[in-house]
Amino acid sequence: MKKDNLIISKKKFNSRLIVGTGKYKNLVECAKAIKISGADIVTVAVRRVNITDKKKPLLMDYIDPKKITYLPNTAGCFNSDEALRTLRLAREIGGWKLVKLEVLGDKQNLFPEMIETLKSTEILTKEGFKVMVYCNDDPLMAKRLENVGAAAIMPLAAPIGSGLGILNKVNIQIIRDQTKLPLIIDAGLGQASDAVIAMELGCDGVLVNTAIAKAKKPFEMARAFKNAVIAGRQSFLSGRIKKKIMGSASSPKEGII
Amino acid sequence: MKKKIKIKINGKINRINDKTKLSDLVKNLKVPLKKVAIELNREIVDKKNLNKINLKVNDNIEIVHFIGGG
Repeated sequence: MKKDNLIISKKKFNSRLIVGTGKYKNLVECAKAIKISGADIVTVAVRRVNITDKKKPLLMDYIDPKKITYLPNTAGCFNSDEALRTLRLAREIGGWKLVKLEVLGDKQNLFPEMIETLKSTEILTKEGFKVMVYCNDDPLMAKRLENVGAAAIMPLAAPIGSGLGILNKVNIQIIRDQTKLPLIIDAGLGQASDAVIAMELGCDGVLVNTAIAKAKKPFEMARAFKNAVIAGRQSFLSGRIKKKIMGSASSPKEGII
Repeated sequence: MKKKIKIKINGKINRINDKTKLSDLVKNLKVPLKKVAIELNREIVDKKNLNKINLKVNDNIEIVHFIGGG
């Protein structure tokens, strides 16, 4: 069988599951969950170094950026300037060009501020970044992001951390049908079956953080998401049967006694 | 005695010797250079040039790294 890799900006990844590194009890738990999830890409945040407490554990000591691709994220940025500043700093840390842009517009629902997001995508792309863009599940805006050079479209399933699952399957389907760019569901998944649905819609991957980190058993949930993404992808590639209203018997009628 | 100046490091005011080199400051702070990025007055500093920069009064330094995030 041909290897079914996730390809983003010509880079190949084995796993279609991307996981966040936030909200875990500690970095040991985080690293173990990531290992179990099989993810090749993890999102990370850019924050101030704690210069008074030098013994504070560092993410890079637990998750080796040579083995796992760090995807710097602009989580917590509410305008284009903050997002650009964050990603330029991220690039400076170690040459990261593949980044996740996330510009939020509202502190309660955490929906993306799409005007600032579009503006930032265009600027970052011109600066040589490969921008994976967190966005609304809006096909028109997804198209505009593609037109300014986004490396991947990452529509939300539901608000970040809400666990509601994919709220608008139709929109995701429309976005899938209109773009050949990697389409990755980002934010709002709650359980493994949500990832299956995303993959069955033809998405190229999913990004999960809270659903794993805040599950009662994060390691088990990491495994569940790993399997769900594989199952969903296989199901999508297998070509599902057509839906019918009436039944269709599984056993032949011939030879009935 | 050397003249002391006030600068800001990651939002907090610090008093350092005047004309301290940025390279000496990060060395004193035991910052793991390979794992951070440094901004001086909102401009990213090329880590190769840290010893060419003499800090002056009211300089604003940000030292950032990667942490867990979604």
